[in-house]
Amino acid sequence: MKSNHLSTVMPALGKAMWRCVSAGICVTIAFAGDARAYKAYVSNEKSNTISIIDTAERKVVGTIKVGQRPRGIAITKDQKYVLVAVGDDDTIQMIDTTSNKVVDTLPSGPDPELFTDDPSGRLLYVANENNNTVTIIDIERRARLGDVEVGVEPEGMGLSPDGKILVNTSETTNMAHFIDTATRQIVANILVDARPRFAQFKDDGSELWVSSEIGGTVSVIDPVKRAVKRKINFTVPGMRQEAIQPVGIAITHDGKTGFVALGPANRIAVIDAATHQVQKFLLVGQRVWHMAFTPDEKYLLTTNGVSNDVSVIDVAALKVIDTIQVGELPWGIAISQR
Amino acid sequence: MTEAKTSSRALIRAFVAVALVFLLTAALARAEPLTIKIGYVGRAEKKATISLLDYPPDNDGVAGTRLALDDNNTTGKFLNQHFLLEEVRVKDGTDPADVVLQLADRGISFFIMDLPADMLLKAAEAGRGRDLVFFNAGAIDDRLREEDCRADVIHTAPTRSMLADGLAQYLVFKRWLRWLLVAGSHETDKLFADALRRAAGRFGARIVEQRVFEDSGGARRTDSGLVQIQRQIPLFLQGAPAHDVVVAADESEVFASYLPYRTRDPRPVAGSAGLVPKSWDAAHDQWGANQLQNRFMQLFSRRMTALDIQAWSAARMIGEAAARVAAGDPQTIFAYLKGPDFALAAFKGQKLTLRDWNLQLRQPILLADGRTIVSVSPQEGFLHQFSELDTLGIDRPETKCRLK
Repeated sequence: MKSNHLSTVMPALGKAMWRCVSAGICVTIAFAGDARAYKAYVSNEKSNTISIIDTAERKVVGTIKVGQRPRGIAITKDQKYVLVAVGDDDTIQMIDTTSNKVVDTLPSGPDPELFTDDPSGRLLYVANENNNTVTIIDIERRARLGDVEVGVEPEGMGLSPDGKILVNTSETTNMAHFIDTATRQIVANILVDARPRFAQFKDDGSELWVSSEIGGTVSVIDPVKRAVKRKINFTVPGMRQEAIQPVGIAITHDGKTGFVALGPANRIAVIDAATHQVQKFLLVGQRVWHMAFTPDEKYLLTTNGVSNDVSVIDVAALKVIDTIQVGELPWGIAISQR
Repeated sequence: MTEAKTSSRALIRAFVAVALVFLLTAALARAEPLTIKIGYVGRAEKKATISLLDYPPDNDGVAGTRLALDDNNTTGKFLNQHFLLEEVRVKDGTDPADVVLQLADRGISFFIMDLPADMLLKAAEAGRGRDLVFFNAGAIDDRLREEDCRADVIHTAPTRSMLADGLAQYLVFKRWLRWLLVAGSHETDKLFADALRRAAGRFGARIVEQRVFEDSGGARRTDSGLVQIQRQIPLFLQGAPAHDVVVAADESEVFASYLPYRTRDPRPVAGSAGLVPKSWDAAHDQWGANQLQNRFMQLFSRRMTALDIQAWSAARMIGEAAARVAAGDPQTIFAYLKGPDFALAAFKGQKLTLRDWNLQLRQPILLADGRTIVSVSPQEGFLHQFSELDTLGIDRPETKCRLK
């Protein structure tokens, strides 16, 4: 799920509104009712559908039929398309956000899973699990520009805020590969714990977080030194260590709070992103996988695969406030900017 | 003037620095990769099977090792490490000592073994004192992890008791508690029957009766054999007390595959046929296994077997350790594998680690019906104070192993 990489970059309107809100004025203008309505798109891996959630009403308002095994999902910067990797069809489908219909496809490599776009919104970087490559796609021309060879089973994709370094994680090689986006060459390889799933930069580019599903840790990487500076461990009382499987990561814009989905531990870990200490665990649905903030960062929505639902977390209160039933095995989530 | 001098000096310095960096990079690029050699010692004979579908491929096991070497070498590209494989086959009943020593003389310290228990022990004994590390990928005998355990043998194959416990937990979950146990007459069949009896006792199932299916030495493939079999099996099973499931122990492939659909009473079959506990199956696709299966299929044009994954796990353990410790010598790698940081991602939904008391790889057990994965044990609710994977097989408090 690349959604939060895309959705964290705010278009002009959203940014203005955010300033408005953080300055404590014109709140009433910005918000009609208790929360602005955004659309959250949830990929249901087993149903082969996308559930559309209205984030203000907190209910499913539409379902889109897509290809086989939808997982990675994101919205283009211009908000015109929802992109969804349909791995078993070896392609990425483009859903028109106005008509909610699949209108086109992008030429990824075999079994695409996660992807991220560049700051201009022109290029898409795709991890293809089946052939150890990252594919670069021109979104506008729907054309494949080239491939970068990486480790075994590429999965997580993160782009530095300045767009210069693309990070790909490879699940069996257990590395974060740093790729120079200008030369498309690997410039560094950093070993992390077993089965790295997701890569997330802080908005200021000061840290890169990489989750290791089987290793059970999050590696905090210094992107300048290109070295792991610390590892975050998780101990849930009464829970066996093997069940703690970190996957999705989200970090607030101010870089102060991190959220990590712990898979079959059914919890989201809340982390003080300055000290890297775990503050608390939020009990969500079963096998929580990925997550995305609403653009105002009031809410964090998580996909809970085994319980077929989405949990809504109040970010300020750090409480789970609602659960929304979606399709079967919800996997990824992306939230619109308006 | 001074400014010009300074800037030209700076220029020269910059030039020298660039040249140095260039030379260093070139030197690094040319540096010989760290080469790690792995030996694969397998059996020359293949066992006969009832079903053609179960007939072991020629490269059974070693194909898994080759795939793991591919995986290790892809990672090795980034770490300047390279892995090589030498394969040797030995006949059952012969002494593998010479084979091991010859490979060791050629610089091989890591051995992936698919040999019967006694041959494995002889091979390891031959290498004593030479800092060799053995990975038992083939033998499921509990005694290799118990009274006959060795400090230089790691086991990636599950044990009979782990397999039996994995099956028993599921049958108990189904409340199929009354078992009709049918065992073959060979030694390994009896050992599996023992493991199943132990499992029944541990998890609350009851063996209502035990029968032995004598191997009278018949051929497994005969024209019109079916006509007889569908009459023989119900006769053999008639008169049994009420039971929920027929549990078969037939590692020798003499009768178990003839049981499903031919039983006297309409009952499911489990054990050596029907619902089979195993470390891997051609149908396993969860937790990313699909990608491993795809890579394997691309290379070998066949499906991956249990022996393949057990050998793959062994070679990946070596690769994983080499990447972590940036070394290729057996002492450093073995120390890492035995240490607290080792974990293997092996497409089973959770990390695999080593039992430090007998060097057995902890692993979930798949329950396969030949078409799909029916379930994966440990089952929910079978709890353990340390790791639920330790509800499978002989646990630390019961072990007879003293590593030496």
